[in-house]
Amino acid sequence: MAAKRVRIGSGAGFAGDRWEPAVELVECGDIDYIAFECLAERTIARETLAARRGEGSGYNPQLEDRMRAVLPPAAARGVRVLSNMGAADPLAAGRRTADIAAELGLDDRRCAVLLGDDVRDDVAARPALPLMESGEPLESILPRMASANAYLGADAVSFALSTGAPVVLTGRVADPSLFVGPIVHALGMPYDEDDRLAQATVAGHLLECAGQVTGGYFADPGVKDVPGLARLGFPFADVSDDGAVTIGKCANTGGRIDVSTCTEQLLYEVDDPAAYVTPDCVLDMTGIALREAGPDRVSVSGARARPRTGTYKVSIGYFDGYLGDGQLSYGGPGAQARARLAGEIVTERLRLRGFAFDALEARLIGLDSLHGPGDGRPEPYEVRLRVSGRTQDRKAAEAVGFEVAALYTNGPAGGAGDSASVREILAVQSVLLPRALVRPRVEVVGDAG
Amino acid sequence: MQVRVRDLAHARAGDKGTSVNVSVIAFDEAGYERLTRELTEARVQAAFAALAEGPVRRYALPALGALNFVIERVCGGGVTATGALDIHGKSLSSLMLTIPLPGNEPEG
Repeated sequence: MAAKRVRIGSGAGFAGDRWEPAVELVECGDIDYIAFECLAERTIARETLAARRGEGSGYNPQLEDRMRAVLPPAAARGVRVLSNMGAADPLAAGRRTADIAAELGLDDRRCAVLLGDDVRDDVAARPALPLMESGEPLESILPRMASANAYLGADAVSFALSTGAPVVLTGRVADPSLFVGPIVHALGMPYDEDDRLAQATVAGHLLECAGQVTGGYFADPGVKDVPGLARLGFPFADVSDDGAVTIGKCANTGGRIDVSTCTEQLLYEVDDPAAYVTPDCVLDMTGIALREAGPDRVSVSGARARPRTGTYKVSIGYFDGYLGDGQLSYGGPGAQARARLAGEIVTERLRLRGFAFDALEARLIGLDSLHGPGDGRPEPYEVRLRVSGRTQDRKAAEAVGFEVAALYTNGPAGGAGDSASVREILAVQSVLLPRALVRPRVEVVGDAG
Repeated sequence: MQVRVRDLAHARAGDKGTSVNVSVIAFDEAGYERLTRELTEARVQAAFAALAEGPVRRYALPALGALNFVIERVCGGGVTATGALDIHGKSLSSLMLTIPLPGNEPEG
């Protein structure tokens, strides 16, 4: 008997990703599912604060645009859509999506909403939980907590799919699990700690950043060239119930898929490659082999897994003060010395005015803003001063940009092109919560027509 | 001529909370062997001294011809609470590629 196979497309790799390649995948990729991964670590905290201020919906700001572009071709071809675009309010995102489906005249307007990742109350009741990053008890940040969300797994995503709704929206789900869910569901794969789950997890990990496996974030002209990067296609994975995985993309799209692009993405955001922890399993990548299986096709084999842990990782977003940023450019002879002097002046003026900063830095974009100071760098023709101040005092943060702009008439010669910004800093730390305390559940909104 | 990591490999950086991982993927087997000998944790830690307290951990993936470096305690409180321009440390793959290698002889 031939192996059963499912094809999963990747429609987004971050909150603000492009959606034309997703539409292209739905229309030309012969896919069964498309999943949009749109939640970075701080996104839920950001959406929570925006909603609290009345400046946002609580869900992904591009949900409307993405759904309007993707739902009609997906409905026409029977492609089911999944996304964690629900962010801080998956139920509101589901209701909006059902409304959009109605406005578009689609027959089946159901949206299965996965809930239960929001565990603010559960963690607040356990202030002694140790923070994984700082080692301090949770209570040290509890008063400033904006969000606490458990990374749900593929079992919960698969359960949402079992409702039959054409769209599944979630809040926090582990990135690979958003893809492993439909694989487990479509192939009837047991949710065990076996090597097929490991292979499915690798497929999810390779897909979760969309264009980052098809040649995005890869090009280095003359060293690593990528054809047609402007028309970068998004990837899909073919996964069989015997565990075979092949990564590919649509013909006539830009980009490239080969062993090099897949290796970069395989190790992306990985700590110990022998113990990549997801809610579904503990993946061991050390035995993985990647092989080119045709033009823009790479097969993946050799992933192994150990049993999943007894806890869910919970990401806690909290308010951690303000960042003030002020910038001004200098060009031509002596640009570097003038910019350095300007940075010293701003730092001294902020000190004289009595502002307190947790960190205050003056760096030169073009010289040392990314990698810090270093020897033997040639003097650039232009540099851009960037002064940044981290502070608990909003007025101090505002003063950074103010003092940089004041350099025009009160600083060195030839400063140009000022910019200033103040933003709230949302920090993230994590705790582990026993599985029994997290209760994923599914609510279906919209009707089947 | 001074050989740098960039001559033998490509790299990608990603963030993991307060640490950053940078993969170093050799173009060929000879490059992988040399990188395994010469691109030590200590050499990487020295190159990242201005940016991270460390320590640096290295994982070897011979089947992929790759090394994975995890650089702990990146300055500014980590990627989720920093004033740095590159809050995710994503440009650090390029810093990794600048590291010069000492030579063909194994380090003593």
